[in-house]
Amino acid sequence: MKILVPVKRVVDYNVKIRVDKETNAVDLNNIKMSINPFDEIAVEEAIRIKEAGQCDEIVVVSLGPEQSKETIRNALAMGADRGIHVKTDHSPEPLLVAKILEKVCEKEDYDLIILGKQSIDDDCNQTGQMLSALLNRSLGTYASKVEIENDTIIVTREIDGGLQTIKLKKPAVLTTDLRLNEPRYASLPNIMKAKQKTIDELDPSDLGIDMTPKVSTKKVEEPPKRVGGGKVESIQELVDKLKNVSGVI
Amino acid sequence: MSVLVLAEHNNQSLKEATKKALTAALKIFSPAHVVVIGNNCASAANDAATLEGVEKVLLVEDTTYENMLCEPTADLLFELMKSYDYLVSAATTNGKNILPRVAAKLDVSQISEIISVIDNKTFQRPIYAGNAIATVESSTEKNVITVRTTAFETAQVGSSVATIEKIDAGNNPGLSEFIEEKVSSSERPELTSAGIIVSGGRGMQSGDNFKMLESVADKLGAAVGASRAAVDAGFVPNEYQVGQTGKVVAPELYIAVGISGAIQHLAGMKDSKVIVAINKDDEAPIFEVADYGLVADLFDAVPELDKELEKIQK
Repeated sequence: MKILVPVKRVVDYNVKIRVDKETNAVDLNNIKMSINPFDEIAVEEAIRIKEAGQCDEIVVVSLGPEQSKETIRNALAMGADRGIHVKTDHSPEPLLVAKILEKVCEKEDYDLIILGKQSIDDDCNQTGQMLSALLNRSLGTYASKVEIENDTIIVTREIDGGLQTIKLKKPAVLTTDLRLNEPRYASLPNIMKAKQKTIDELDPSDLGIDMTPKVSTKKVEEPPKRVGGGKVESIQELVDKLKNVSGVI
Repeated sequence: MSVLVLAEHNNQSLKEATKKALTAALKIFSPAHVVVIGNNCASAANDAATLEGVEKVLLVEDTTYENMLCEPTADLLFELMKSYDYLVSAATTNGKNILPRVAAKLDVSQISEIISVIDNKTFQRPIYAGNAIATVESSTEKNVITVRTTAFETAQVGSSVATIEKIDAGNNPGLSEFIEEKVSSSERPELTSAGIIVSGGRGMQSGDNFKMLESVADKLGAAVGASRAAVDAGFVPNEYQVGQTGKVVAPELYIAVGISGAIQHLAGMKDSKVIVAINKDDEAPIFEVADYGLVADLFDAVPELDKELEKIQK
């Protein structure tokens, strides 16, 4: 079995972003970038499946500028086998990402594609679902447990009211939720080894995809600031304020 | 122009989330149609038919749709969308699961979790966990949109009742099968529709200690929530989680107990009308967004709050 894991390079989750009023966009200058946390969980899950003897090869693919290769190297250091870098200047919208991934899947066949449920920059939560539609494959989003049994995959999903378990036919597309696993740190020897692993390059223009965006961003603003910081001294005062000032109880 | 709203329901009644998504849909175009897809779910369709601004309800009942499996539901919506310009759903796990699959089949992008409708092609949506708001414009005829329900009012019951039209089920591509669902049954209101929420964080120290919050919640008719830290520590199940990666809520009153206020938690609750924070660390970031902060040990403060509320009840 072969697994494909798409990964995205995003602003590190610990960074507090700032909106640049002049460019009308989020300021990405000199900001720490990392692998999208949900994608890291996807890489980890693929490695665990391989360690359980249920997968022969893990291929990691990333779209983006030259630096996206670092993100691929990250995943290779964790334990993925090789990488594919699709060179794009910016980060395309999810539909276009899904179309590029569809082409990647046409070049080589994958039994399983594991993606993060959403990237923490645009928060779209679409790519995995769209890819499953384009490939006409079964879909298991928000996975918190994955069990592979011959031709089927049992997926436990985090849903609004609790957990849902479904059975998917292979080949399938999965997206990861937070509690699927805890990703490992890459060891120094593995980081060294990852430098020898292959990263193939692909040019989107060779894939025959119209890269014109269907949605454009007009502007980006800071959200209205919440004025907080009020304090009370006791529970009695709190209850009094809630009852008589705010009128919420 | 025409708008179709996908209903969220439990095969019995229509969920509050859909009433909010309907409000957003009506800002794009009024009146709207609602589609109820499920099994033995006519009562949910009846609910939808009473709402102001609903012209017609499409009802599709079949065992295939009992659990809203993504692949057959998306196929059916794709067929229905031949007659509509917009598909709108609340950004519930069902909406988020199914709609992008329909969008890809229609060869359009989805606009996720809108918080306002500027015109019928321009919308605002939060990015970076709500730390920035993007205004986006669609260039396509057909549009697929999910709605962040906390940003819209609940649609009200109207003066007339819409017609309900039964639609034949589509094919089941047979790619997936439902096995089971473990949904916590609680007398308390659901997090996303509750007027008051009492949430606990890592400071609660154990799942057992959440009983203190439950007692307070029951006196207020509130839902109980939790921070990611409390869920990751195994104190409470995942469906309790409020935050960027959990549920986004905006109740009248949010009481945060033993929650430090990580960015990703704030992203899920900072639009609440009144925020109360109880934490013994006076430098916890939660105090920066709180209207009423109480620096105290929660193990003293919560039982005291419980007693005070009991007094009010009497």
